[in-house]
Amino acid sequence: MAIVKTERHEDLPPPVSQTGVIGWMRENLFSSPLNALLTVVSIYVIWGALSSIISYAFINANFVGETREDCTGTGACWVFIKARFGQIMYGFYPVEERWRVDVGYILAAIGLFLVLSDFVKNKKWPAIYTFVVVPIVCYFLFYGGSFGLEVVETSQWGGLFLTLVLASVSIFVALPLGIVLALGRRSTMPIVRMLCVGFIEFVRGVPLITVLFMASVMLPLFLPEGMNFDKLIRALVGMSLFSAAYMAEVVRGGLQAIPKGQTEAASSLGLGYWKAMGLIVLPQALKISIPSIVNTFIGLFKDTTLVLIIGLLDLLSIVKAGTTDKEWVGMATEGYVFVAAVFWVFCFSMSRYSIWLENKLHTGHKR
Amino acid sequence: MSEAAMTQTDIDVAIQLIGMHKWYGEFHVLKDINLTVERGEKIVVCGPSGSGKSTMIRCINRLEEHQQGQIIVDGIELTNDVKKIDEIRREVGMVFQHFNLFPHLTVLENCTLAPIWVRKTPKAEAEATAMKFLERVKIPEQAMKYPGQLSGGQQQRVAIARSLCMNPRIMLFDEPTSALDPEMISEVLDTMISLAEEGMTMICVTHEMGFAKTVADRVLFMDAGEIIEQAPPQEFFENPQSERTQLFLSQILHNG
Repeated sequence: MAIVKTERHEDLPPPVSQTGVIGWMRENLFSSPLNALLTVVSIYVIWGALSSIISYAFINANFVGETREDCTGTGACWVFIKARFGQIMYGFYPVEERWRVDVGYILAAIGLFLVLSDFVKNKKWPAIYTFVVVPIVCYFLFYGGSFGLEVVETSQWGGLFLTLVLASVSIFVALPLGIVLALGRRSTMPIVRMLCVGFIEFVRGVPLITVLFMASVMLPLFLPEGMNFDKLIRALVGMSLFSAAYMAEVVRGGLQAIPKGQTEAASSLGLGYWKAMGLIVLPQALKISIPSIVNTFIGLFKDTTLVLIIGLLDLLSIVKAGTTDKEWVGMATEGYVFVAAVFWVFCFSMSRYSIWLENKLHTGHKR
Repeated sequence: MSEAAMTQTDIDVAIQLIGMHKWYGEFHVLKDINLTVERGEKIVVCGPSGSGKSTMIRCINRLEEHQQGQIIVDGIELTNDVKKIDEIRREVGMVFQHFNLFPHLTVLENCTLAPIWVRKTPKAEAEATAMKFLERVKIPEQAMKYPGQLSGGQQQRVAIARSLCMNPRIMLFDEPTSALDPEMISEVLDTMISLAEEGMTMICVTHEMGFAKTVADRVLFMDAGEIIEQAPPQEFFENPQSERTQLFLSQILHNG
């Protein structure tokens, strides 16, 4: 006997128990007696930890005053951070010249906003401004020596300023260099491939501390007498090359995930190697590598603290140096908590940005 | 230059393969392939999988390299000269089994990319051409969507439009309907038939025997890297000469 359905079933709303806050909680937090117990215990533990952190950092903390004698409460003594704030931000950059750093920050922030946000569609001019104009202007601003600006030696740079210089220079060098190395490693030309593989495997195989140490202590021994680079530049070169090697492998992973058909389609349309790479393969490869690329950036940002080993006073080292000051003995906790908070803010911002970017670049279903 | 231009208009041979061999490492994939395709001719290539059909047409636009013999496309011989390879690729369109659309670009951008970057066509003009071809394959309304939002049949028609935007003289089809759901095959075949009716030189690797009967001037049967038999469709299907062809035809026609 044949069965024929003549009417269509209309769409009904889902049952109430599956939607809304109550539905969500029943589904996720109290789905069984064991889960309910776990939820209650977790809430208790989280509350305990959170409340003591809040009372240490805010409720019982000391914000007002000039010296440690003003810290009478039981909580954190933020007076220490306040008293040394200038140094923590700028190192030993002369106080009357610090406006130059601030101007640099503002110029860079404008550029980054234009390039990274969605407000400007055509990125050509913002990109030129951010990646060409800003670095040059910042060099003259920060170092000085021309346009009537006094020279500020890099040995006076420090604090968060130095950390940001190290991180941004290394990031902006590492990504393009990493892409070139990744393409080189996949090249069909044996010499190019060997050079890239050799570089990547060598740099990746040694700890960053040794790279920095070699760049700062051993390099001058090999260079002819009288020829010497600035310590900061040596650190920058070391960090950039180191992260470029990591970046190369991240990008290579992305390149390998792109089906061969994409290159073939590009070739069959008459696109040469560079156009096929630049227009078809790399945009897709970089898009799927965003999580790993940002992961590398975040690692790199935190690794800048290792320049401590060659005597550069970045954010962490300058706070650490502050805690050894006789007048502020015992302030290590406050110092490290503050440094951790600053690093966290930067790293978390990068992470959120990458998630936003991933969603923006998502184009329909993947095959 | 003038000589080349003259020979191009004079010759009515679009593709010529002369004594072509190819190996993958030790494996001899293509053995002594000789084939002449005249301008406007439609060739259907069939044969069991692994017989070298795809490899042969992929040699014609140098997606695969041949090791011996000659391939002459549009009067230009394929050598290692990258310039000549690019020149040939501009004139030879290709449609793939898995469409190979660029997923990060819209349908319209897929179609205008090569004209803009390879032929240096102004953007507005390239877009007008692209819309013309998207209308021809009957999906102009999808122009702003991304490939991932289209069905398989629609994607394949976009792929055909993308190739046509380069104004190729020759089109290669590498099993264009094999990855499609049955209900979408005919929409792609219809597009190909209308293309054939306009006089495009075509080589199609396909198992759609109905298509072969309708449009092909010649059907080629390949097995184990060799062209075993070639004949006009009627003769090929009604009176196949070789035993292997007979066996193959009995197998596919039995199922289809």
